[in-house]
Amino acid sequence: MKSSIRAMLGAALVVAAALNAAPAAAQKTIKFIPEADLKSLDPIWTTAYITRNHGYMVYDTLFATDAKFQVHPQMVDRYETSKDGLTWTFTLRDGLKFHDGAPVRSADCIASIARWAKRDVLGQKLGEMTESWTVVNDKTFRLKLKKPFAYVLEALGKPSSNVPFILPERLAKTDAFTQVTDPTGSGPFKMVTAEWVPGSKVVYVKNTDYIPRKEAPSWAAGGKVVKVDRVEWLYIPDSATAANAINAGEVDWWQQLPSDLVPLLSKNRDIKIENTDPLGSIGMIRFNHLQPPFNNQKLRQALLYVVNQQDYAIGIAGDPKNGKPCASYFTCGTPLASDAGSAVLSGKRDLEKARRLVKESGYKGEKVVVLDATDQPIVHPQALITTELLKKIGLNAELQAGDWGTLITRRSSKEPVEKGGWSIFHTWWVGPDLATPALNSALRGAGEKAWFGWPNDPEMEKLRDAWFEAPGLAAQKTIAQQMQLRAWTTVPYIPTAQFTIPTAYRTNLSGLLVSPMNLMWNVDKK
Amino acid sequence: MGVVALFVFSLLYISPGDPAAVIAGDIATAEDIARIRAKLGLDEPYMVRFGNWLWALAHGDLGVSIFTGLPVARLIGQRIEPTVALTLCTLIVTIALAVPVGVVAAWKVGTWIDRSVMGFSVLGFSIPVFVIAYLLIMLFSMQLGWLPVQGYRSINEGWWPFLSHMILPSAALGTVYMALIARITRATMLDVLSQDYIRTAQAKGLSSNQVLLGHALKNASVPIVTVIGIGIALLISGVVVTETVFAIPGIGRLTVDAILRRDYPIIQAVTLLFSGVYVLINLAVDMSYTFLDPRIRY
Repeated sequence: MKSSIRAMLGAALVVAAALNAAPAAAQKTIKFIPEADLKSLDPIWTTAYITRNHGYMVYDTLFATDAKFQVHPQMVDRYETSKDGLTWTFTLRDGLKFHDGAPVRSADCIASIARWAKRDVLGQKLGEMTESWTVVNDKTFRLKLKKPFAYVLEALGKPSSNVPFILPERLAKTDAFTQVTDPTGSGPFKMVTAEWVPGSKVVYVKNTDYIPRKEAPSWAAGGKVVKVDRVEWLYIPDSATAANAINAGEVDWWQQLPSDLVPLLSKNRDIKIENTDPLGSIGMIRFNHLQPPFNNQKLRQALLYVVNQQDYAIGIAGDPKNGKPCASYFTCGTPLASDAGSAVLSGKRDLEKARRLVKESGYKGEKVVVLDATDQPIVHPQALITTELLKKIGLNAELQAGDWGTLITRRSSKEPVEKGGWSIFHTWWVGPDLATPALNSALRGAGEKAWFGWPNDPEMEKLRDAWFEAPGLAAQKTIAQQMQLRAWTTVPYIPTAQFTIPTAYRTNLSGLLVSPMNLMWNVDKK
Repeated sequence: MGVVALFVFSLLYISPGDPAAVIAGDIATAEDIARIRAKLGLDEPYMVRFGNWLWALAHGDLGVSIFTGLPVARLIGQRIEPTVALTLCTLIVTIALAVPVGVVAAWKVGTWIDRSVMGFSVLGFSIPVFVIAYLLIMLFSMQLGWLPVQGYRSINEGWWPFLSHMILPSAALGTVYMALIARITRATMLDVLSQDYIRTAQAKGLSSNQVLLGHALKNASVPIVTVIGIGIALLISGVVVTETVFAIPGIGRLTVDAILRRDYPIIQAVTLLFSGVYVLINLAVDMSYTFLDPRIRY
């Protein structure tokens, strides 16, 4: 009796649910759990990867990089370079339109690039080299350089934050430090701002006016063919709830699956778990070069001899399949990666040598403050492992726990640890962001103008400048190796591990692109 | 409210964290962060910022979210319906169940019914809301497939979509509250049932229902209503956890997200809103005393 009542009640609920779900089945909608909440819509104002991914939905780029690191025209139809390499002329494809119906014009492109160049590290370099941008006509514009610059296309096709997306001129004229809140672009999706609930839901619909390129998609290059009508980003902060939602079929795709939930979802035959990010991310130990004790090079070197990247890989990724050592200052798997001098990190760990270096450094027992962000599953394990290593080599290490918001504020302090400063923090960068000397900000030695930690290494800066002048890939590789050899000596930071976070999707989806960015064109739903 | 406003603003001012650093991201330099801070007016002195905020507040302007650039009033407006719906559903279900259960437990004191109610109360207090939530999801969503795992549907989308998304969150959130009210109802009823006028009513031949509801419950209602009022504070704190577990886009999650990323205008507005709600609830509870017990006058 009890079971029949239960069955009746269950049937009633299921029928009611089905009746209510029926109208929504008319169009193809992908329900997707993104890596984070979309807080800002402006991918120039912030470098947050979630905003970059949003940018790829609604904006388009002049050029784009493919999986072989080749740069291809995207919005641009054709381009010409003068014999002296100083003049570049770009012509836009036919039929490009913004979501408000206005045509994409040269003026829009110039204004967008100018704004991007104020914020992006490679954009700033391009800006330094630029004499002028001029409109030839509505579809053609011209770049004049002060001197030849080999990375014009690499800059305009930069795949990760900040990406040089093209906005309408009226929006692109906004100050680069003021947020643009209107998501009008010319990309393959349109954002439905009326349905945006920050912290919960972002809705995109197919841009039916978008004309994709004919080439096959590869990373952000090639044809951006949208095969669904609507995409809903549903931010579910609790990973157990997200796992239940995809297991129950309430969502189709979960961008970043925590390693501890892989076994649970693997049991479901309707779910596929894959690594779609070929380069993954790189963890790092960053030192404060301004304050004792890590203003002492020998102490930084000491830690280098005891860091075991495999430990960090397991700590971050959980499963060895998703994490591996990468003893290179340029992302493993990219053209400039090398093993030049890498034995200091990849060779046999040498505790005695590390202790000897500590002794030689004249370390006097100064407190070493390791900042931790317990709410960041990539930062927290690194901080724990490093603190243990520091104690092991005889340093007076103290782990100071907080949240990520506190860490990124506190790391800007240049004060001694007694006045709220710090000695070490950990972070991670996506693979493309550390792929070249132009992008790898952590490697720079620009002193107080450098990225947090402020290493002062004029020699490294000279090498970086030389890299920009290098005439071809072979020369670029040589200089990159010289930079890496120098970095193993000066130790601006220590790369900890290269890791990927798998993605999970239901088998009714197909066509997911393998790319360091989460791209949603080419994905179809049965 | 003024004290709350001053307190919240001061607390945020001295707390660590900088929204400009969060916005700028990992690649930004200290100079980039300083420029963003200046653009947002976060480099202004304490008194200037407090004065600007108060002035805007006095004109009904809650400000603009530092991150989304959207008006805080709009963000709260988007989130208020799920939270109010969840709170009301929980309140209705728990009061409708807990008060009768407490009355019956008191009436049947010492029996298995009473012991069961007390056992449930202890469990209700002891098991955290999120554990109850996961257990309910596991049973009703994953095993039986009757109810959705997560999300919220507005009542405008139909009764069933709305209710199907409210049943599990309300049950999870209501357990603690139900345990509290049932326990208080039982204790108060036991006290009232031992009074002489109850014996007199029974001696006059009134039915059990008339004695329980007409005489005992009415006289026990003042402490029960007080606890219901206090319990709403408990509900609001529970809402944060429940909204997170069930991915309900309510005020609770808005608050937590705002705190994690230091979105000061939202934190300030939500805190003021909550304190205003508390004041109103306390006022309503105090007013209800005069209705429930005519001897009470203000």
